[in-house]
Amino acid sequence: MQADLLLENAVTRIEGPLLFARREARVGLNAAVEVLAGTGPPRLGRVAALDETSMVIEVLESTSGLALHGTRIRLHPEPLLFGVGPHLLGRVFDSVGRPLDGGPPVAARSRRRIEGLAINPAWRALPRDFIETGIATIDVMNSLVRGQKLPLFSAGGLPHDRLAAEIAQRARLRGTQGEESFAVVFAGIGVPHDAAEQFRLAMESSGALGHTAMFLNLADEPGMQRLLAPRYALTAAEYLAFEEGRHVLVILTDMTNYCEALREVSASHGEIPGRKGYPGYMYSDLASLYERAGCIRGRPGTLTQLPILTMPGDDIGHPIPDLTGYITEGQIVLDRELDRRGIYPPVRVLPSLSRLMDAGIGEGFTDPDHPALAHQLFAAYARALRVRVLASVMGEQGLPESDRRFLAFGERFERQFVHQANARTLEESLEAGWAVLQGLPHGELTRLSNAQIGRHLGAEARA
Amino acid sequence: MSEARITWVGGPVLKACATGPFSIFEALAVGERRLLGEVIQLRGDELVAQVYEDTTGLEPGVTVVGLERPLSVTLGPNLLGGIFDGLLRPLSRATDYQIQPGAAERSVARHCLEFAVRNGDILSGGAVFARTVASRPQSLLVPPWASGRVEALVEPGEHRDDETLLVLVDDAGQRHELTMQHDWPVRRSRPVRERLGVNAPMITGQRILDTLFPVARGGRAALPGGFGTGKTVLQEALAKWCDADVIVYVGCGERGNEMAEVLDEFPQLEDPRTGRPLAERTVIIANTSNMPVAAREASIYTAITVAEYFRDQGLNVALMADSTSRWAEALREVSGRLGELPGEAGYPAYLSSRLAEFYERAARVTSLAGAEGSVTIIGAISPPSGDFSEPVTLHTKRYVRCFWALDRQRAQARFYPAIHPLQSYGADVQELADWWKRSGNPDWLVQRQRVLELLEAQAHLERMARIVGRDALPAQQQVRLLCADLVNEGFLRQSSFSKVDRFCSPARQVAMLSVLLHFADRADAAVAAGVPPARLAALPMLRQLQRLGEEFSEDDLLRLRQLPRQIDYEFDQLQTVASHAG
Repeated sequence: MQADLLLENAVTRIEGPLLFARREARVGLNAAVEVLAGTGPPRLGRVAALDETSMVIEVLESTSGLALHGTRIRLHPEPLLFGVGPHLLGRVFDSVGRPLDGGPPVAARSRRRIEGLAINPAWRALPRDFIETGIATIDVMNSLVRGQKLPLFSAGGLPHDRLAAEIAQRARLRGTQGEESFAVVFAGIGVPHDAAEQFRLAMESSGALGHTAMFLNLADEPGMQRLLAPRYALTAAEYLAFEEGRHVLVILTDMTNYCEALREVSASHGEIPGRKGYPGYMYSDLASLYERAGCIRGRPGTLTQLPILTMPGDDIGHPIPDLTGYITEGQIVLDRELDRRGIYPPVRVLPSLSRLMDAGIGEGFTDPDHPALAHQLFAAYARALRVRVLASVMGEQGLPESDRRFLAFGERFERQFVHQANARTLEESLEAGWAVLQGLPHGELTRLSNAQIGRHLGAEARA
Repeated sequence: MSEARITWVGGPVLKACATGPFSIFEALAVGERRLLGEVIQLRGDELVAQVYEDTTGLEPGVTVVGLERPLSVTLGPNLLGGIFDGLLRPLSRATDYQIQPGAAERSVARHCLEFAVRNGDILSGGAVFARTVASRPQSLLVPPWASGRVEALVEPGEHRDDETLLVLVDDAGQRHELTMQHDWPVRRSRPVRERLGVNAPMITGQRILDTLFPVARGGRAALPGGFGTGKTVLQEALAKWCDADVIVYVGCGERGNEMAEVLDEFPQLEDPRTGRPLAERTVIIANTSNMPVAAREASIYTAITVAEYFRDQGLNVALMADSTSRWAEALREVSGRLGELPGEAGYPAYLSSRLAEFYERAARVTSLAGAEGSVTIIGAISPPSGDFSEPVTLHTKRYVRCFWALDRQRAQARFYPAIHPLQSYGADVQELADWWKRSGNPDWLVQRQRVLELLEAQAHLERMARIVGRDALPAQQQVRLLCADLVNEGFLRQSSFSKVDRFCSPARQVAMLSVLLHFADRADAAVAAGVPPARLAALPMLRQLQRLGEEFSEDDLLRLRQLPRQIDYEFDQLQTVASHAG
């Protein structure tokens, strides 16, 4: 293996984040580069293209202050690596894995590529361990399982940070009291300082900070590094999960900032823009992050992702939520109207979905009647919302009796099932679900069998 | 073999200076790791190539070797039950959980054979020369380009898959050494003797498809839907229960966990027709969204080539492609890297012709050896924000015969399969009516038409009801709405996760439909006779009819066929009471 090489006065041109330099030494595509100028810390970059005499270096940090003369380039023989080791947890890092908490650097046990390598689909194990989050709309209707990637689709001003922190504190397998090795990796991508601090405090107050590693790219730091923070965080998470055998929950927030940075970088490369100016490869790029979640056959750990994104203009059809939804295994959608009405967590259940739910619930996993209950709640609430639209046109009095009962159900569902002041166990959540179904005409509960109705709802109360 | 040296490299594209002849679309081995690539442009001594694997570490000066053939895959008896990457390299033999770029060590499989030919026989291309001896025997084919007199036949029994089994000597005296496998270039369709017309549906076991929008054997169907509308679940349900002999399932730029699900489930599920594990009839091609983009582009062609190979053995093959949008995006990405002029929504101008080429490879045919086989394509489409007016959906629509549009609202109410009956179509209905007639339902065409009319009326009446209120509609129309709801709930809704209802045989479909239409007839008559609609809505058997699929399994057909009598009984009661009251 060749040693690191230092090139001096090789830079011929600087354009935005791109550095054009003479290729005075052997170097391969994607090799890591450090750009040194003056006395500042080295800036990271990678070789983006090369021919026989020159190369293009993509600087992954700000290029401001770089000059053609006096800028030195240190070439590494390998792509960007992150040295990971046993003492990652309890630490705070910047977006490229340098300690921010004043502590010593992490002793590296292995150096892993930050881009990761694709997990062989034949080696994946199907995620099916139900995670209890304490939130009824998730546990009953959109269940999370270990190894899943389930994003929160939120919008500015909604309590997604609080919800993510609560899930990170509570998420446990049922029946275990946290004796398993559990870890949280938090990647703050362009987040405000106070949001990062709030998360840290929340984890500290629940005593979970010792199991948490944080990677922070704050809002005032260069946009280019927003692309690196999740990669360093996921590299650490993969090590914790698949080498140390921990159950890792990765929180990536805010993926919208990540995509904005991607658009910025793509534009500076002069690439043909796709929808809304985002690059055509955004799907593949996002997939290279999200697909790093999963379970591996024969390895004890799991990697679960909870990415958070804020939908620009509250629009779920915007390319960022749209492409994310095509990659992730479902989504939890937060709603401004529910939030305004004081319902917490303001989860809009109809567009929410968990694709891996069916593998982790029901007989042998949670409760045999859990799937039927979830389907009935979805069907009934969908009808309640349709009736609500009718009622707004014709008035409640103009509705048939059965429609009025669904209208009342809708209100009950939001106030007593979606809204919750405290964490609920799965049993409490299921109980709340059956309770709000009381009062609907049994003949219309088509997703439940007669036996299920008999077991949980008893005889029909006549209105 | 020609060689070239890399002069420029960026992302998955490289330029190289050639020292020998190269041809366009020739396959390449790049560098020491022998990364697979393909020539896409030639300009004088310079060639431009795309590489199907991670190019990290490549640099100018590295050697590129031409393989003297287009991008090809190896077809043979090792495919069934396996999982492969987009270039048909086995994934299950890897020793590391992460995919390492580069050519893997080839491992050798053995199969037990019996020959179908003797020394001296004259064979033409596509002929079956041997069969494997296994729980699921497979035919071994003479490659389409080879023919001649059989010489040097080995003994039957167990052989390695790379061993020469026999030699064909053709009229020109050229010798063809045949093994169990042969290579075929993926972008070229395998030759057939004759293309045949539509004669039978591919039974999917999904009521809304078989009864309303059937796809023919050798047909082409598109399945568009926004995220979360159930494309993948439906594709998987089709892969599990449709009556094809072989399923080729290509996960093109989709989720890794979905592949894990298929791998986890299929070995445990039983093929209802053969009793063998479903995995044995399935070939999985997985190029997940985080695997290299250029290979994603190739994976679709790989899959259809594999499908054609089984078709040539006289089998009915179904190809599930999930999702063709990701393939189109891969085309767009590679085209962008080459600096081609973008067309609509950034897609290259040749998107439409590429889609046409792909869908055209679906057909029912007579193979070169005279066997009848078919390839049916079911292509999922993932339109951005669920908008069907985007280029991939629009162009696909021009080449498919069935359009199964998934609807977000139905999906959100967990009404699955979420196919919208008014936006979907099946164009081979007239041709397939004969098959239903032969299978014992001469009324299929009429019944189907009645269901569609009912659903059309429902859409219209619901708009009215929104303005004037449901109670204000005339009694006759209220009953139509009731019956339409019933058809939706009792017939069109079908859960893939229900053990009873995940598959519905044509016989059960006919029985269920007859029951529901009988109810509609009696309901119409009752209202005409003056029974108020509210009384009909309160009929005790309605709940059973709404859960028809769940309550009557394939074993309950007799009970199901007696339901009309119970309907008659309840209506007679109702009308007796009504006439007494009147």
